[in-house]
Amino acid sequence: MGVAVYICHCGVNIAKTVDVKKVVEEIEKMPEVTICRDYQYMCSDPGQELVKKDINKYQPSSVVIAACSPRMHYPTFQGTLKEAKMNPYCLEMANIREQCSWVHEDKERATEKAISLVKSAVAKAALLEPLIENEVPVTPAALVIGGGIAGIQSALDIAEAGYKVYLVEREPSIGGHMAQFDKTFPTLDCAACILTPKMVDVARHPNIELRAYSEVEDISGYIGNFKVKIRKKPRYVSEEHCVACGDCATECRLADRIPNEFDHNLSKRSAIYVPFPQAVPLKYTIDPDRCLMITRGKCGKSPKCVDACSANAIDFEQKEEVEEVEVGTIVVATGYSEFDPAQKPELHFNDLGNVLTGLQFERIFAPNGPTSGELVINGKVPKKIAFASCTGSRDKRVGNPYCSRVCCMYIAKQAHLVKEHIPDADVSVYYCDVRAFGKGYEEFYERVQKEGVHYRRGLISEVYEEDGRVHVRGEDSLMAEPFDEGVDLLVLGTGIIPNADSNEMGQLLHISNSSDGFYLEAHPKLRPVDTVTDGIFLAGCAQGPKDIPDTVAQAGAAAAHVIDVLSKGKITIEPYNAVVDTDLCGGCRICESLCPFDAHHFNEEKGVMEINDTLCKGCGVCGAACPAGAISLNHFRDTQIFAQIGAVLND
Amino acid sequence: MSKPKIAFYWAGSCGGCEVAVVDLGEKIYDVVDAFDIVFWPVAIDTKYDDIRNLEDGEIEVCFFNGCIRNEENEEIARLLRQKSKVMIAFGSCSHLGGIPGLGNLSSRDETLDYVYRKTPVSGNEGGTMPCTTCVKDGNTIDLPALRTEVSALNDVVDVDYYIPGCPPPLPVIEGAVAALMNGELPRKGAVLSTEKTVCDECDKEKRKKMVGKARRIYDDDVDPSRCLLEQGIPCMGPATRGGCEAACPSANMPCTGCMGPPPASQEQGSRMVTAITSLIGVENEREATAEEVAEALASLRDPVGFFYMYSLPTSFLKRRYNDE
Ligand SMILES: Cc1cc2nc3c(=O)[nH]c(=O)nc-3n(C[C@H](O)[C@H](O)[C@H](O)COP(=O)(O)OP(=O)(O)OC[C@H]3O[C@@H](n4cnc5c(N)ncnc54)[C@H](O)[C@@H]3O)c2cc1C
Ligand code: SF4
Ligand code: SF4
Ligand code: SF4
Ligand code: SF4
Repeated sequence: MGVAVYICHCGVNIAKTVDVKKVVEEIEKMPEVTICRDYQYMCSDPGQELVKKDINKYQPSSVVIAACSPRMHYPTFQGTLKEAKMNPYCLEMANIREQCSWVHEDKERATEKAISLVKSAVAKAALLEPLIENEVPVTPAALVIGGGIAGIQSALDIAEAGYKVYLVEREPSIGGHMAQFDKTFPTLDCAACILTPKMVDVARHPNIELRAYSEVEDISGYIGNFKVKIRKKPRYVSEEHCVACGDCATECRLADRIPNEFDHNLSKRSAIYVPFPQAVPLKYTIDPDRCLMITRGKCGKSPKCVDACSANAIDFEQKEEVEEVEVGTIVVATGYSEFDPAQKPELHFNDLGNVLTGLQFERIFAPNGPTSGELVINGKVPKKIAFASCTGSRDKRVGNPYCSRVCCMYIAKQAHLVKEHIPDADVSVYYCDVRAFGKGYEEFYERVQKEGVHYRRGLISEVYEEDGRVHVRGEDSLMAEPFDEGVDLLVLGTGIIPNADSNEMGQLLHISNSSDGFYLEAHPKLRPVDTVTDGIFLAGCAQGPKDIPDTVAQAGAAAAHVIDVLSKGKITIEPYNAVVDTDLCGGCRICESLCPFDAHHFNEEKGVMEINDTLCKGCGVCGAACPAGAISLNHFRDTQIFAQIGAVLND
Repeated sequence: MSKPKIAFYWAGSCGGCEVAVVDLGEKIYDVVDAFDIVFWPVAIDTKYDDIRNLEDGEIEVCFFNGCIRNEENEEIARLLRQKSKVMIAFGSCSHLGGIPGLGNLSSRDETLDYVYRKTPVSGNEGGTMPCTTCVKDGNTIDLPALRTEVSALNDVVDVDYYIPGCPPPLPVIEGAVAALMNGELPRKGAVLSTEKTVCDECDKEKRKKMVGKARRIYDDDVDPSRCLLEQGIPCMGPATRGGCEAACPSANMPCTGCMGPPPASQEQGSRMVTAITSLIGVENEREATAEEVAEALASLRDPVGFFYMYSLPTSFLKRRYNDE
């Protein structure tokens, strides 16, 4: 009976600022406490043994560990309790490290605070109840949202392990940003040579159901049992019949009149198109915002594409289709968008012809790009080229305080490619720091410098045009002198930003966004692939800026997590759910519409609310809103929390 | 053997609770048969000294209605507590502070100033203000002073049971009297009514709730067969203990909360604040701008008066801060 309490020294992490012996002395006096001990490292094997022995000897009704954050070690000590045949939920932790020793200096007062925190944990622990975990079966399939390199890698790994994968890509083709590159840093691999085989594998894999030109419309359910609505947009071209000959595009009345988004508007396409020749699936798509038949109902006497198509693939009657699939887990691999330099008016991005973004410049080098890989800008070969690093990154003025992590390196790559194309070109990079942090990156940066690329420390503060040249102005902070250079081409090291719909998608998925707008991982160090919603994992730039190696690594990790869940066949769900006291529920139905997980079900017959244990994520919203106080959250009951508060205030 | 003694008292009250007792009708004879009424200022001629002359604990049960608004209320509350075995707070005012409890939104001086000088019908040209001592024909008369704040009964004395309501509904009084006569009183501190909320007794059709904006009961398209709150009419039913048989909603008037909080709720007002503010605009909360949310919330008129109509003095808020 009673509460067993353990105070951890955490080496000197806690003991340096908190008088641990004093804490033990005070806690021992509490009537609820059966045994109180301290130990160097509670989480170590001997530390855990200590707890197990005491459990056997004293049979406490609950255990308090005063140590670090429960986020860190609650599961560890739950394991200890389980091994000692005790209910793992009869455990409370007092965080006397992050919330005490690490943030205080005055030993006496920190000790007082630690005592207070432990007392409060004991007060709650005395009221803890054993809880039983729920088990639910898992649907052996996964959804991957986004078909960039991250989504492709995850989908292939999961499919290889023998599980079905639905890969949903919004655009007509998979491939993402990587499909737009010619070479990749730092090894200068040909992007297409490493990406296109994977794209083809996706299309061919028997376990992968590719849903390109589709979007996820709705998600309900929970880990192991998600229901997903996928909306497939009409291509107005039968995927079955189209043989991708391209005759329609050649003939289209709007041929070469529509800005090509795949080339970042550096070239023109038809109203019927494939984004690039290696697209997967290689099927033509009619642009519904441009096509004359669709926007005006009429295209000359008859649509030229229809006339041109010998396979009879064009179908203006095609409608969007909504399909519902069931999956056990979800990987979010929706990637990123590029920063829009128009947000920095001093760059005059939209007014000046010879200023390109990073991705635009990638297209210039691409053999399937607007210049077929020739370094020609507006019909001329540029001789003097400037790069501007950190455009829209590390810039609080545009709301992006973070580093985009790839710009320094893609600038180095592009500078190298310029030198390769035009060896005597004068290439300067205007930077504020060069972040060459990855494997082989520093070496690559050095190599590029040796190739004659000038690095000048100083960001460009103004851009203007004079005598047909772009001028960049700023201050060289190493030489402490201003510069003003006329160049033939300015390439902006545009940063990576979250997609415009990232908040919306976050709400659809019930996952959080961090302050920068990317999706938030469950723990920055220990759970970088998980989200706060069980069964939903993150891969690639959806979680934050990263390069391809990191993207692929994370995608593999996400796939491993997915396979882990799917292979178990069933999952246990933490019992921190809300429960309704049906003797108190008046059936007002206020809680019902508030639950973000649709866990509530109104029992019309009894006139009371019921909550589905597996759907409930224990967010507590309904408990706060229930005006009758009929809902309590297991492990966080009002009585338990008030006892905790009371113990602190009594001190 | 003489019959057990009972007492009725009204402190800061409107008199409605007295009428509720009279409403017992013929059942009052059962009470008179079983008990000896030693004190009931509204109905029989008794004096404070009659009480002072009793032994401590000589009164079996005291039914005390009204809040503690002035010093006299407080003094008699203490006296009756001393002389009674069982002290019952009768009605919302003694239970929670009641409607007079909203007086805690003004200071004593503001209240007196308004009441004696500023109401449209004050007509007090000389600006006379009440005082606690008065000399007339050579005699000094002391009058009880207004307290700086309104309190519920248990803020000044120990209370054994509560009979909620403004005034307590007949079935609740009958239930309490029956329990008393049969010696079946529950544990000390209990509120003698049902445990579930008013909604449980309200037979309006309840659907999944989404509230766009608060409306008023006199808006013409209110469907009387459906829950009023769902139709945007603020109703305290969900946060209020039942026992009244949902008297107000049954008459198509929203519940105002007189029965006080149900057992597991620490505070009626804030419970309803969280409920209503969570509900308002939940339908389109993803799209709503901050201005739209503010506008929807502003549609709730007189929030203190609505959420704390009966319970301000016993709420976490208690009163508006002033220097008194
Ligand atoms: C100019 C530039 C050059 C670069 N060069 C290199 C380099 O040389 N080497 C390197 O390692 N890294 C480079 N990078 C970084 C590289 O682009 C990323 O690491 C990589 O593309 C991330 O892959 P991803 O799959 O996470 O995202 P993405 O490539 O953005 O793919 C995301 C996919 O998800 C789809 N999608 C988005 N939202 C939805 C939705 N709601 N539903 C369905 N589908 C959706 C998109 O259409 C897209 O196909 C460069 C970046 C830039 C900006
Ligand atoms: S209908 Fe006309 S505009 Fe549309 S794709 Fe065919 S040819 Fe082009
Ligand atoms: S705590 Fe309530 S609102 Fe939150 S998920 Fe559970 S049932 Fe839904
Ligand atoms: S809010 Fe509370 S009283 Fe109302 S239905 Fe939900 S559980 Fe029942
Ligand atoms: S009208 Fe009021 S009392 Fe009746 S169900 Fe609706 S909220 Fe509850």
